[in-house]
Amino acid sequence: MNNPKRTIVPFGPQHPVLPEPIHLDLVVEDEKIIEAIPSLGFVHRGLEKLVEKRDFIEFVYVAERICGICSFIHGLTYCLAIEEIMGIQVPPRANYLRVIWSELSRLHSHLLWLGLTADAFGFEALFMHTWKLREKILDIIEETTGGRVIFGSSKIGGVRKDISAEKLSEIVTKLNRYAQEIKEITDIFINDSSVKHRLIGVGVLSKQDAYDLGAVGPSLRASGISMDTRKLGYAAYAEIEFSPITETSGDSYARCRVRIRELFQSIDIIKQAVEKIQPGELEVKVSGTPKGEFFARTEQPRGEVIYYAKADGTRFLQRLRVRTPTFANIPALIKLLPGAQLADVPVLVLTIDPCISCTER
Amino acid sequence: MNQEQKLMNIEIKDLLSQIGDYYRSGHRLVQIGCTKLPECLEINYSLDKDYSFTNFKIKLEDLDLEVPSVSKIYWGAFLYENEIHDLFGVKFKDMAVDYQGNFYRTSVKKGFNP
Repeated sequence: MNNPKRTIVPFGPQHPVLPEPIHLDLVVEDEKIIEAIPSLGFVHRGLEKLVEKRDFIEFVYVAERICGICSFIHGLTYCLAIEEIMGIQVPPRANYLRVIWSELSRLHSHLLWLGLTADAFGFEALFMHTWKLREKILDIIEETTGGRVIFGSSKIGGVRKDISAEKLSEIVTKLNRYAQEIKEITDIFINDSSVKHRLIGVGVLSKQDAYDLGAVGPSLRASGISMDTRKLGYAAYAEIEFSPITETSGDSYARCRVRIRELFQSIDIIKQAVEKIQPGELEVKVSGTPKGEFFARTEQPRGEVIYYAKADGTRFLQRLRVRTPTFANIPALIKLLPGAQLADVPVLVLTIDPCISCTER
Repeated sequence: MNQEQKLMNIEIKDLLSQIGDYYRSGHRLVQIGCTKLPECLEINYSLDKDYSFTNFKIKLEDLDLEVPSVSKIYWGAFLYENEIHDLFGVKFKDMAVDYQGNFYRTSVKKGFNP
């Protein structure tokens, strides 16, 4: 035996910290990680293949079901790809509503992540308080779309549902109140010594590594790279003033801080959208079939998602390819694990906010 | 959408030099995907710099041909290449990490290119 101290510790696919199956073979020396080898594909669903048997209009329903957290943005990105191929101009009101629902998705996803992370480092009370706040965001989503997981509000050519001016005003009032509650909770994440002890300096991803490995979303921005796909200006983001939120230390604490600051940014974006939204049509009539190809890119809570659609003029697409943010962040996860302690692995895996449901599309 | 996108067809023999040029000019690898067309497989490589999006496409007519892996240039590319291998049956040469067909545990092998 060349190195008797080395042991392989299997992590997952079933693990208390993982709500979904991913497996890591952790090569350790004592308690220190030397290497991590990932395995995926335990529940691969082949949803991309289903596009060959589902009409391009109704596939929005399938796209939304790729993920239970960022469902709306999956549906939206699919719609953007088809709308671009078909040259459809979505009405401005629909674009603002798409922004509002996208940011509500980001709010509840980041609050979900904060709760899971608190649970991973053993701060149960913080987990419960965070998820209590998340429930309030889900309530707004339910009031405006009728769903808490699957919104069903985006369609090719626009949106299916409207939000009245009174409801928009009520949402802003509620978000102003929740912002204060979010601040109280997130101050604990930022200032509590036990939280800082578990996050600061743990799992450092350098700026160069983050870029070279193709990391996306908060995992990329926490390493100091200012890239946010919303700056492409899809939906109504071109009309919204915001800057990508970045941190520079690249550790778990930085990834946590980016998501916390994005909570307040999302509230601000919703407020801007409510101020700027004008009465108008919700959708345009879609006629014909798509022919061509396009890569639609949007910013999910976990980072950039890509929808590549290729159509040959029939009602069934030739190909739909979905590159999810978690898939793009796995090389970064593999790079940041070596050198960490075994006890930090659950927190480190969570800091890229893995969504295996998306990855096993 | 306000997105500048370039689509370029290249030969397999030019793949590594083209991707290498883009790596050296500061592009990041966004994704690698594969599409089954009636006459061949089409593999696309997406790269981005400052929100400018470039895609290279290669056509693969013979599945016995090996496609050179770009994981020596972009290490994280091995995930995309293993995915394409398992779903479409494409062989990649010199992958940084080769799962030997066990990346996806699907009941149907090469399910996207039966």
